[in-house]
Amino acid sequence: MQTVKMVVTGPFSAGKTEFIRTISEIDVVSTERKISSDAERVKETTTVAMDFGRITVDDDLVLYLFGTPGQKRFDFMWEILSEGMLGFIVIVDSTRPETFREARNILDTFRGYAATPYVIAANKQDFEDAWTPDDLRIALKVNRSLKVLPCVATDKEAVKSVLLELLYSILETMDLEAE
Amino acid sequence: MALKGNLHDFSITQLLNLIHLARKTGTLAIDGRNNAARVAFKGGKLVHATSGGADGRLVNLLIKVGKITPEQGKQIPANKSDRDLSEMLVKAGLLTKQDLDIMVRANVREVVERLFALTDGVFRFEPNVLPDDQLIVDPPLSLDNIIMEGTRRLKESEKLQDELPNLDITLHFTDRPDTRLRNVNLSVEEWRVVSYINPKNTIRQIAQANNMSEFQIRKIVYGMLQAGLVELIRPAGGALTPPPGARPVPAPISTEVKRSVVNRLIDRIKRI
Repeated sequence: MQTVKMVVTGPFSAGKTEFIRTISEIDVVSTERKISSDAERVKETTTVAMDFGRITVDDDLVLYLFGTPGQKRFDFMWEILSEGMLGFIVIVDSTRPETFREARNILDTFRGYAATPYVIAANKQDFEDAWTPDDLRIALKVNRSLKVLPCVATDKEAVKSVLLELLYSILETMDLEAE
Repeated sequence: MALKGNLHDFSITQLLNLIHLARKTGTLAIDGRNNAARVAFKGGKLVHATSGGADGRLVNLLIKVGKITPEQGKQIPANKSDRDLSEMLVKAGLLTKQDLDIMVRANVREVVERLFALTDGVFRFEPNVLPDDQLIVDPPLSLDNIIMEGTRRLKESEKLQDELPNLDITLHFTDRPDTRLRNVNLSVEEWRVVSYINPKNTIRQIAQANNMSEFQIRKIVYGMLQAGLVELIRPAGGALTPPPGARPVPAPISTEVKRSVVNRLIDRIKRI
């Protein structure tokens, strides 16, 4: 049995758990705790160690999705989760510009863990105040060659599309390495 | 879709950079603690700006520059649009179109440059909304010079450190077709930095070559980045700021995971 792994990361409350929950074939194994800090009380619970989802391809191949904890004080988990990943997705809450700087820092940190392909998912595009992926690209100062994709983490088709785009990027990287 | 947020999280410089690079058309409303303004853009260029409510009306501008007296200003009906008033003044020979143009441009620049001092307040950008009864700067003012001027006034080294944490990376000139370095008014120090920009020189090396402090070089590079003149070259797969104790993990793609695995994953996800 071969297993491959993708990591879903991003700032606190960006929608990482929801993203994995939407696509995973198993109930997401989530390590959520009630939030104690008032400053972070935009939701009732948060992930403290990791989320874990699974997509079975066939008898020989399984894809695992690992969601990182969003709160800074649990960032010691990030490197552990990133080991051996095939690629990673940075989820950004498009309605909260106050989290964009942190998203950029997380992106840079994960780039340091492994030279694997990645995409950015501009989540909550169904909200009126959502920044567009193009605006988000400029705000995050990411290169035009990097994919910044529209996403609604509760919508299966949108989540599929983000995963597929990451896989296409992985194929493109393989092609470049083969040249 | 309106863009909104807080200047504490997204500065005036970053906002203008976004409008400039995304070539946005619309009106930006800023509501700061000590200053409020409405600034209009067409295709990413500045066309109109007012601050502090009625302060931006043409009649007030004419009083400010001494073209009319406050008493004369009071005689102008409040509902007279700026456009009508300007036509009337030009027809009456009290102003030339050129005078008017210079005056309006200078005012728009001044309003926007004052905004750079704001560090707190809220903003809202309404796309495709433009003032309909006020004087529009034509041709519009390019934002790159204004952004450069704004960043020259920056005094907060902490913010710059946050925006540009690593000086051991390199720069290259952007390949956007509308970027024209010669149209931007650069200072002598900025030109000295420009002359060293190439993918072989790190920002730190450029600073050393020019005998500049970290604050000076950060300020200049930050200005050029925000004006869209240069881009950072991020090392492929490497972090700009490697986290303490991070161990680089070898990329598994080419060695461990075969192309067929990725294709099988793609097929599976498509079927979900």
